[in-house]
Amino acid sequence: MLLTKAEMRRAMLGGVASLAGIVVFVGLAIIALLLLSGASSILTVVLEPYILWVLRFTLWQALLSTLLSIAFAIPVAQALARQPHFPGRIWIIRLMAVPMGLPVLIGALGLIGIWGRQGVMNSVLLKLGTVEPISIYGLSGILLAHVFFNMPLACRLMLAALERIPGEYWLMASGLGMRRGSIFSFIEWPVLRAVIPGIAGLIFMLCATSFTLVLTLGGGPAATTVEVAIYQSLRFDFDPGRAVVLSLLQILLTALILGALSFLPALRDEGMTAGKDVRRPDGGLPGARLVDGSILLFAALFLGLPLMSVVLAGLRSDLLKLLREPIFWQSAATSLAISISAAILALLISMTLVSGRRAVLLRRPGASGAGAFFAAMGGASSLVLLVPPIVLATGWFLALRSFGDVSCVAPLLIVAINALMSLPFVMRVLEPAFVVHKRRTQKLAASLGVTGWVQLRLIDMPALFKPVLTAFSFAMALSLGDLGAVALFGSDSFVTLPWLVYSRMGSYRTSDADGLALILGIVCLLLTIAGTTGPTRREVAFHG
Amino acid sequence: MFKIKFTSCSLLATIFVATVGLAGQAAQAADKTLTIYTYESFTSEWGPGPKVKVAFEKTCGCSVNFVSVADGVALLSRLKLEGAGTKADVVLGLDTNLTTEAKATGLFDASGVDVSALKVPGDYKDDVFVPYDYGHFAVVYDTQTIKNPPKSMKDLVDGDPSQKIVIEDPRTSTPGLGLLLWVKSVYGDKAPEAWSKLKKRVLTVTPGWSEAYGLFTKGEVPMVLSYTTSPAYHMVAENTDRYQAAAFSEGHYIQIEVAGLLKNAPDKELARDFLRFMVTPGFQDTIPTNNWMMPVSATSQPLPDAFGKLVNPSKTFLMSSEEVAENRKAWVDEWLAAMSMN
Repeated sequence: MLLTKAEMRRAMLGGVASLAGIVVFVGLAIIALLLLSGASSILTVVLEPYILWVLRFTLWQALLSTLLSIAFAIPVAQALARQPHFPGRIWIIRLMAVPMGLPVLIGALGLIGIWGRQGVMNSVLLKLGTVEPISIYGLSGILLAHVFFNMPLACRLMLAALERIPGEYWLMASGLGMRRGSIFSFIEWPVLRAVIPGIAGLIFMLCATSFTLVLTLGGGPAATTVEVAIYQSLRFDFDPGRAVVLSLLQILLTALILGALSFLPALRDEGMTAGKDVRRPDGGLPGARLVDGSILLFAALFLGLPLMSVVLAGLRSDLLKLLREPIFWQSAATSLAISISAAILALLISMTLVSGRRAVLLRRPGASGAGAFFAAMGGASSLVLLVPPIVLATGWFLALRSFGDVSCVAPLLIVAINALMSLPFVMRVLEPAFVVHKRRTQKLAASLGVTGWVQLRLIDMPALFKPVLTAFSFAMALSLGDLGAVALFGSDSFVTLPWLVYSRMGSYRTSDADGLALILGIVCLLLTIAGTTGPTRREVAFHG
Repeated sequence: MFKIKFTSCSLLATIFVATVGLAGQAAQAADKTLTIYTYESFTSEWGPGPKVKVAFEKTCGCSVNFVSVADGVALLSRLKLEGAGTKADVVLGLDTNLTTEAKATGLFDASGVDVSALKVPGDYKDDVFVPYDYGHFAVVYDTQTIKNPPKSMKDLVDGDPSQKIVIEDPRTSTPGLGLLLWVKSVYGDKAPEAWSKLKKRVLTVTPGWSEAYGLFTKGEVPMVLSYTTSPAYHMVAENTDRYQAAAFSEGHYIQIEVAGLLKNAPDKELARDFLRFMVTPGFQDTIPTNNWMMPVSATSQPLPDAFGKLVNPSKTFLMSSEEVAENRKAWVDEWLAAMSMN
């Protein structure tokens, strides 16, 4: 028995509580919306040809975006893992966190600066003699933007998995004189195959619910996602019933697809290790260095150029003036407070879910009820991404309005919504690290009788410090860049940085917005730097 | 009852504020408070809000409390969500396309303000909503790229497809809806054909004005759907003539922004005073260079020179709010079909 009965019960209870919390939080919002409007007939919405057509486009572009992001991320993650001493490697990894924390519109403008009609690419092509500018507007623009935003995410998660490969494997590979192909098929691919479904599912959901990117780069209303239809039904049409039906449709259909592709995160055994840091045998060959170097250079340019155009635009603004404005500091403080609170909440929920899932597995791995519970905890934490924040915010607004001034609880709601939205990311960082760590230390800890606080301090903290930090910076960056729910509650004393960016753009002050976006990007970079420091060795050996 | 709510609210707020170390918003000292719901750019530091607040507070012996949401449409949604329990005394920032739906909520009361002296093109009159500014929609272009701007809607529709324009989506934004109504006013039943021609010139359709105008000022696209007053901002605030609005011979569609008072306002006289104040120079002075729209009555100083250079539409299109409310869905669907065809 690896866990004592009490530990087991505690872990399960924690998991149940978190699961219930998520379900209640989402459920109440939906019920409140339905009570206001009375459920409009689900069937009529489903059967509308327009909605069917929108659904098809939504899923099609999400599928393509996911495939491209994953296909691009695999070689980049491999190259990063193979070349631990590549110059600037850490900065490429850090750069990868920035797109996530940027307001979507700013990222899109950065992409347009490179790929747009007047962008760098077209001016190069024009010099080379093309007549017509290439246009990215349409499906290609949507895919480009989705790969720009999601490839780095996939890459970071894959890299984390590759770096968890026990050093013993590399000793063995060296000893057997394994070549690149064998290393891929016997060592790397099994590891990647285990994490790719979870990552792909995450990206699929992010792309399926994409809104601003799809409209802005899609070239016209032919490119419309269900999210747009949901937003539309809560705006001019103000039909909350329809919004709910569309949201449920989106959740159901995506869950079915992800389930069918088994894209929901699974757990897998990872090997035992003494935690020794072993140099990989395949990174030093001159051919490997050249290939990996080119891949990394390409990825760095793909990510870096649009970001550079964001930086250049930002530098053209009057940064000193912006920094002198009290509203900047006020909104920066609000944004930080919200993102820190949301990150802590997301971490807490994820930890209970991860422990709960593990306890269920250890207790009765075969029982069918346990399996469903296990899947529910994993599924709820993922599918929550499919509930549009505007639906959650509107629902809670309705639910709370009879109890007084909703704008005072707005900060709490925004924290909760942001925490939920970052849950899938945090889970994907924490769960594999946690499972591997427990597998490696639990037996020894149990045999030594190390439990509770001592176990946490001596065994768990040193090893899990880094993944927790990474997850934390992930979650913070996400909610820093989020405009989402604030828009509905917004009042004058409650302004976040992305809100300020949009507000400047909305009143001709594009250059102010560029400057603020640059600052936001720098904050995200700082967060990632914090998230990628800590113990330098991949795993800290058990030395209790 | 109110007291209790207030306390629990400030308690929650304090907890949050204390956690994050922000300075709390001090409670208002004056005994009378006028709560105005409006949109965000109205209350931003460069918007009219701060000046309006100071000017009105001088005369009313009250304190003005703004609550702002993203835009006019969000304002109406907010009201519908809050229903009769809304704290708003005055709602400022709806446009004429929204007033029928706003009236249908049954939350508004007759304004009692004499609007006969106001100068609003298109002869807008309403006993509930008082107009406070207006602007005509216009295609704004970059003079460095476009040497021969379109001179009419027909020019725009039939023009060179390689010269692109970015427009806003009528499903999500008011300028997008404005263009939809403009094309409908010019082309009537032939609107779908016009859209399928114009489609070739449309680079992309953005969810809102900000995205479209951002693409335009970044130089990605040489034309954008905006307002006749947009060039005034660039002339006054940035000192450049580069961006100009194209005058269309058929005429321009107008957006009129209005305010109204709520039935449940505890102090209706105060709210009414504000609506009266709204059409005096104390308020109107802030409109041209803070909201970048046209005032509806005399300002104490003549408008800046830049406003004299703006396009002055020969004809104004304005459909009645009822007509828009009745047909909006059908017209948007028509637009969708025309714009989605290949």
